Amino acid sequence: MGDHHHGPAKGLSRWLFTTNHKDIGTMYLWFSFAMFILGGTFAMIIRAELFQPGMQLVEPGFFNQMTTLHGLVMVFGAIMPSFVGLANWMIPMMIGAPDMALPRMNNWSFWILPPGFLMLASTLFMEGGAPAFGWTFYAPLSTTYAAPSVTFFIFAIHVLGVSSIMGSINIIATVMNMRAPGMTYMKMPLFVWTWLITAFLLVAVMPVLAGAVTMMLMDIHFGTSFFSAAGGGDPVLFQHVFWFFGHPEVYIIILPAFGVVSQIIPAFSRKPLFGYASMVYATASIAFLSFIVWAHHMYTVGMPVAGELFFMYATMLIAVPTGVKVFNWVTTMWRGALSFETPMMFSLGFLVLFTIGGFTGLMLSIAPADFQYHDTYFVVAHFHYVMVAGAVFSMTAAVYYWLPKWCGRMYNETMGQVHFWISFIGFNITFFPQHFVGLAGMPRRIPDYALQFADFNMMSSIGAFIYGASQILFLYNVVATIVAGEKVSDEKVWDGAEGLEWTVPTPAPYHTFEVPPSPELVQAHG
Amino acid sequence: MSLKKFMLAAVSAIALALPLLAGAETNQVNMSVGATEIGAEIYGLHMLILIICVVIGLAVFAVMFYSIIYHRKSRGYKPATFHESTKVEIAWTVVPFLILIAMAVPATSTLLEVYNSDDAEIDILITGYQWKWKYEYLDENGENIAFFSNLATPQNEIYNAQEKNPNYLLEVDEPIVIPVDTKVRFLVTGNDVIHSWWVPEIAVKKDAIPGFINEAWTKVTKEGIYRGQCTELCGAYHGFMPIVVHAVSRAEYDMWVAAKRADADAQAAMSAQELGLNELMAKGEAVYNGQCLACHGANGEGGVGKPIAGSAIALGDIGQHLDVGIRGVAGTAMQAFGGQLSDVDMAAVLTYQRNAFGNNTGDIIQPADVVKHKQG
Repeated sequence: MGDHHHGPAKGLSRWLFTTNHKDIGTMYLWFSFAMFILGGTFAMIIRAELFQPGMQLVEPGFFNQMTTLHGLVMVFGAIMPSFVGLANWMIPMMIGAPDMALPRMNNWSFWILPPGFLMLASTLFMEGGAPAFGWTFYAPLSTTYAAPSVTFFIFAIHVLGVSSIMGSINIIATVMNMRAPGMTYMKMPLFVWTWLITAFLLVAVMPVLAGAVTMMLMDIHFGTSFFSAAGGGDPVLFQHVFWFFGHPEVYIIILPAFGVVSQIIPAFSRKPLFGYASMVYATASIAFLSFIVWAHHMYTVGMPVAGELFFMYATMLIAVPTGVKVFNWVTTMWRGALSFETPMMFSLGFLVLFTIGGFTGLMLSIAPADFQYHDTYFVVAHFHYVMVAGAVFSMTAAVYYWLPKWCGRMYNETMGQVHFWISFIGFNITFFPQHFVGLAGMPRRIPDYALQFADFNMMSSIGAFIYGASQILFLYNVVATIVAGEKVSDEKVWDGAEGLEWTVPTPAPYHTFEVPPSPELVQAHG
Repeated sequence: MSLKKFMLAAVSAIALALPLLAGAETNQVNMSVGATEIGAEIYGLHMLILIICVVIGLAVFAVMFYSIIYHRKSRGYKPATFHESTKVEIAWTVVPFLILIAMAVPATSTLLEVYNSDDAEIDILITGYQWKWKYEYLDENGENIAFFSNLATPQNEIYNAQEKNPNYLLEVDEPIVIPVDTKVRFLVTGNDVIHSWWVPEIAVKKDAIPGFINEAWTKVTKEGIYRGQCTELCGAYHGFMPIVVHAVSRAEYDMWVAAKRADADAQAAMSAQELGLNELMAKGEAVYNGQCLACHGANGEGGVGKPIAGSAIALGDIGQHLDVGIRGVAGTAMQAFGGQLSDVDMAAVLTYQRNAFGNNTGDIIQPADVVKHKQG
């Protein structure tokens, strides 16, 4: 093996058998974008049906299949794999490692994803239709009362879980073992820190999700009664198990997004992150708290008042480390020399809208008030502010930020700005009115609604079409950049950017850091 | 992006939103204060936290926008290099913590009140079914009043063949009636999947979980009609099982109770009678439209459920037909209607199914047949 600079294999086998972190990262990113479009299509069907009161386009049963698949595809297919793709591309380059620690497992963890989603999507064509019990799949609606396709759904969840666990083990192994000499933990870029913590969350909770779906499988096919009171079980047990996974899951989605924004805001403020150490501690605190707040999704199931109080107080506490993060970002900008390229615009969009989503989260944590908010469109608005304006905006910012490094070409800045403003405006037209209809009493997951909700729903649908259309512009801009964007060759594409990834050539060669960077270089960029 | 462009975009966003808002002055944008003291308290809590959040948000955004406007590279602003300050970081950890305590105190006291369902004068058992509610007024002497409450909005309105009335999707055939200024306790459970019983204006939302009974209570202070909906996804027609509460004076409530009891007696008397085909058909059509139509179609053509028109069951053995109607079909969406329909209604709807949609069997099922089938 004398040749250290061999390039990629040719043709399809390059992608099928690759163990290169950049190739695998690229595949994750494209796959997640495809899922984003698929999940977005489901969302457009939902919004089209809700454009006016009355049933127009689809039947109520199919509507439920759409809400279910929209949630599953967006969470497990779009957002999670996109950040895994980003981790694959960036973590080795950020810590000065030649590749991920477990490259063959890396290949495997990607390649079981497409069959998993094929299995999930195929349920649409099965007798009885796709899963129609919501992405939270509460028993017994998802067991005794589910369509036969639920079994395929269960296996699809298992496959996605296996993929996630392998991906996380890989990230943990990489970060712990492959940091360049001199790269201590407290010198790692925040994106690496947030992903390390996220990976531990994933390893902890994915098996819990696997347990939940396995219990469902047993209830459906093997005569057990985990979730059926008639056989001595408890439907609420399902919710406890699901949300013990589900709450850390939402931080799994948002922590890497925090990491991305913590890279981008200092770069375009030309000023170091205000409190690096406190950001690390805040991330760890959020991760810890995420394990002890799950039942705030279940205030109305009839918990004892002591349990209700415990989960309310613990949930309110999350506001403290989250506040620390927001204050840190704002203070980082304070007296910086700000410029507003597209990655910065999406990061600022993130900052404003995520903060709003955080506030509604705090409101939802107040148990007695939650009795009025729970399962209404207020909740829908809340989690789209954190999932879309939080995770998706940050992911979009990351693509614009690192794309020039990946392909050695600059995206079209004007088109990027237009994409931002259409996204930002479309997003707010879609989701801001949902706070209103939720407070006014519109339950979530209904295919048709009372007349007093009509105007805001129409507005919401128009916004959704605008936001959806803006993604076509994004796709065009990215493809046009890769194919024919203006070439850039500076190692440091952005003048304010810091980190080892900006010390390798642009575009990043197939292999980077085959020889670890010198401790001096690490010191200078840590 | 210059400031000018930014302003332009912001203004155009507002301009785009305005026409949508203009015609919508009646659109409710906030939680309702409701018709109970506890609801008003929850509303107060909601507003308190909302205002605190808005104030903090405005402060944070003000700092952020000050930076965005004045600390720009394009203005030639030179970046400072400061970072880390233990004092500042302790301050922005401790101050939010104190604010949270200020929120937690009223939240705790309200929560404790919500959980105190002692000393209720009336107990009503609420059971969620796919996709309707059953109300059972529990009586110390065992003479419970029980009835189902179904969506009353016609299919034609849902499928846009007819103009929608103002209470579209929020109207039922038989509302739950409660007296005002009386503490009413709800015992909430589910028959099949999990439902959730929510009426915003009386500040009650409680999950209806099969096999378990949850408690909630209300004390309505204003007479009126209050509407709500199921808020836990419970299957295809989750959006079509509304709740209507009539809060009336104590005297009116007593009259209503007396009338319901008289009604139950009349039903019992009717069960003993022989009814004619026309009478059964007329009654059966009404029952069919309320109970069967959503799944079996307006013309018995089927849908979620099997077709009735020309079906082997509706044309075949009467005993089997009675069995399906009374006990349902295990493992399918076909429920056991034996406990949901009165014997008269059951007899009527089965007779209707055997003689409508071209099923001209001429068979007549009497209430007595239903009673006999249930017993044996």
